[in-house]
Amino acid sequence: MLLKIRSFMQKTFDAILPIFATLLALIIGIFMLKSLGKNPLDAYQALFEGAFGSQRAIIQTVIKATPLLLVGIGVCIAFRGGVVNIGGEGQIIMGALASAAVALYLPIPSRLIMIPLCLLTAMAAGAVWGGIPGFLKARMGVNEILTTVMMNSIAVYFSNFLLRGPMIDPHEIEMGTRAAQTAQMPEYTWLTRLAPPTQLNTGTILAVILAFFAFVLLWRTTIGYRIRAVGFNSAASKYAGIKVPIYQAMAMILSGAFSGLAGGIELFGVQHRVLENISANYGFNGIVTALFGNLHPIGTIPAAVLFGGLMVGGNKMQRSVQVHSAFIDTLLGLVVLFVVAAKIFSTNRSKRRAKNE
Amino acid sequence: MNNLFSAATIFGIIGMAIRLAMPYLYAGLGELFNQTAGCFNLGVEGIMMMGAFSAFYVVYQTGNLFLGIAAAAVIGLFMGLIMSLISVTFKAAQGISGIGLTMFGVGLSSLLFKTLLQGTVQSVAGFAPLKIPVLGDIPFIGETFFQNNLMVYLAYCLIPVCSVVLYKTTLGLKIRSVGQNPQAADTLGVSVIKIRYLCVCIGGVLAGIAGATFSIANINMFQEKMTNGTGYIAVALVYFSGWKPKGVLFGALLFSFVNALQLRMQVLGINIPSDVAMMLPYILTIITLVFVQGRDAPAALSVPYERSEN
Repeated sequence: MLLKIRSFMQKTFDAILPIFATLLALIIGIFMLKSLGKNPLDAYQALFEGAFGSQRAIIQTVIKATPLLLVGIGVCIAFRGGVVNIGGEGQIIMGALASAAVALYLPIPSRLIMIPLCLLTAMAAGAVWGGIPGFLKARMGVNEILTTVMMNSIAVYFSNFLLRGPMIDPHEIEMGTRAAQTAQMPEYTWLTRLAPPTQLNTGTILAVILAFFAFVLLWRTTIGYRIRAVGFNSAASKYAGIKVPIYQAMAMILSGAFSGLAGGIELFGVQHRVLENISANYGFNGIVTALFGNLHPIGTIPAAVLFGGLMVGGNKMQRSVQVHSAFIDTLLGLVVLFVVAAKIFSTNRSKRRAKNE
Repeated sequence: MNNLFSAATIFGIIGMAIRLAMPYLYAGLGELFNQTAGCFNLGVEGIMMMGAFSAFYVVYQTGNLFLGIAAAAVIGLFMGLIMSLISVTFKAAQGISGIGLTMFGVGLSSLLFKTLLQGTVQSVAGFAPLKIPVLGDIPFIGETFFQNNLMVYLAYCLIPVCSVVLYKTTLGLKIRSVGQNPQAADTLGVSVIKIRYLCVCIGGVLAGIAGATFSIANINMFQEKMTNGTGYIAVALVYFSGWKPKGVLFGALLFSFVNALQLRMQVLGINIPSDVAMMLPYILTIITLVFVQGRDAPAALSVPYERSEN
């Protein structure tokens, strides 16, 4: 009984740490705003109102939270498998591009076929883009952090190439404007809007379902157990007969698939065409989301709402009190630093406890 | 002149490569100190952006270039301190904390740019080319090698300096032992914590200067995200170098040569879409990372040091 209470306390403590880290970042933000000559109170008020102040704001927040959640789930799976996936940006872009190609060039005007096909394509493209670093890590021990970062840059330029060349909207050429974007996706590939005229769509529901799915995958299946074992102690896993490289690669592939799907849902649910900046920093902010959710898919759900809110509120803050939204990027960086630094408190506590017993 | 193989073009590309290698050299040598002591600092990109902005802002306000470099160095030192606090004292996972530092640095530099300069792109008078007497007058060669600015010469001078520090001094021995076997170093009375703080801070200072070279010693203006992944490539470069200063030089030149080549191909109108050409350095990075596997990395690289308590 005592042990149960202790383990519960430990879990609560771990869950609270990221909240402290975020509060600390917000407090440092106060000093930053002050030294830039802005009123912190006004700025934070605008931030909060922009994020959660009205029904409209909340819907916008949820729309932004959706790709964050999907990327976040992917990051959770990778981290649990002991690999770090920084490549969310690239995987989102490749997911969007590949599924856009299917939607534009495969004329099957049936929602029943096209929507699953497009979303699966997005997942597959993300899986490939995450799988390459995963394979290189598993097979040859190539540092996956560096390769995923490079894959991001490659995806950005590849997308620029396609959006300005082969995949550019024919209308843009006719009109002579040549904006770098694809044609609009055919209407039968659009995800259903839940609350028109807002862009809220069924992709959000899918993302939440997948969060639970990822939880079951990681904690209730053999594959998930092995992924976590490899991440927890790869040497021990190897002695236990688990093929470590396969599960490391699998963690990256799954992780990439979730990010790719985020790109697909952003495309078919919100934007309806691939634009230059479709990844919109979700790839990096998804890492913050996953860390805040303690690398747990379910914990990532509230985290996504919080950081989606910060992204939406940041825009409002920029409009109404002229604090540029880069302020939010800065805060998110601090949150990452504080959350990873705070881990020492949770690991130290469990070690101390282990020693005492 | 539209020939890729004319002497003028070839020397033009080499000259450009020599200048473009400058940020790779500063950042790469800085990261070499980090990694030799066992710290993996992925925050280089963020430190570079902060260095680029602070140098630009100081030069914009005062017109004094050396004050600009000093500002970048101080900011780099400060960010190095943050990084060492988090990865050495708090023993955080180093890859991810580096990403945090990068998000922080890139975000803050944008925020300052938008607030202090209202986001308008302006230029300053940066370091001017310094012609070395006699040598600078040799046709082609003089123009290519001996008419660069002070920061370029300094970058190349830094390589032997780092070699000597890392391989010919007691400090260098301590740094390498801390990266190879911190337990043993600790037993012999070397303070692992102090050495690691020192190296991460040296890395921070050099990364700050690397950023400054963008804004006051090359294109002489500030833009958001202007370092464009150079910091990450610099980290990869250290892997490529086999953790040797000479290797950093070789890697920096290789990357800057590929960069110069793709820029020049665009100018010459060779029929490769510029976006495809821009992918080259990143693809090259991945390929080199694959091929340098198995080289001897510092054994304790990216492992936080913990004194065993019994």
